[in-house]
Amino acid sequence: MSVKLTTRQVGDVTVIDVAGRITLGEGASTLRDALRELVKKDQKKILLNMKDVTYIDSSGIGELVSAYTSITNQGGHLKLLGLTHRVRDLLQITKLYTVFDVHEDEAHAVRSFE
Amino acid sequence: MDGEPSAVEKVLDSALESVDVGERMALDLARESGFSEEDLDRIGMAVRECMVNAIVHGNGYSSHKKVRISVSCTPERFTVQIADQGQGFDPGKLPDPLAEDNLMRHSGRGIFLMRAFMDDLQVRRLEPAGTEVTLVKKVAAKR
Repeated sequence: MSVKLTTRQVGDVTVIDVAGRITLGEGASTLRDALRELVKKDQKKILLNMKDVTYIDSSGIGELVSAYTSITNQGGHLKLLGLTHRVRDLLQITKLYTVFDVHEDEAHAVRSFE
Repeated sequence: MDGEPSAVEKVLDSALESVDVGERMALDLARESGFSEEDLDRIGMAVRECMVNAIVHGNGYSSHKKVRISVSCTPERFTVQIADQGQGFDPGKLPDPLAEDNLMRHSGRGIFLMRAFMDDLQVRRLEPAGTEVTLVKKVAAKR
């Protein structure tokens, strides 16, 4: 399986439930396109729910970083929810864990945008 | 393992599908060698990063260029060698992805992750063209 994205609103926060593999090719590009669409629609509060992300490679990490930069530069906020052990390790190894605002609880994550 | 070295080699197209093939080859032998799930995870990721580099940066997705992957295991070492037919690169000149100026770059983390996940990484220029990357995981380290 590549990646499957489901977008929903929780108040004024757009939550993207990400499931599958964010890797070079279809996975990473699907996520990139979805985030770009949200930015075009001027969505400023985006929460990526990564609880069902089974795998991410350096290309996937690159897309997260690029999206974070793009959204932040436009006055928005991109936060992460529910990192698996593997994804958390990867972000820690690459020193990106402290760059992102990472949450374990969705309600808490949504409130943090206020 | 019974002490006899095991080895397998394949020549693959420069296509993203080859990344999965290379990863499977490496993990099949690594699993036989008795590595832990955590080590298998790391080996898989390192091999995928190396395959992607060979296909994308080395061979530029060229249908005229191939990627050779060799996987072998002795009682002491698990070794993966991945070779492309590209123009080569100098690992010493790669920017440090952990440096502040590079932290938020879109790419450039592949070699760093390979080094982080494996016990040794060597890069060798091939003649007349190409690069061979050797990744090693010590089998003794899993105990």
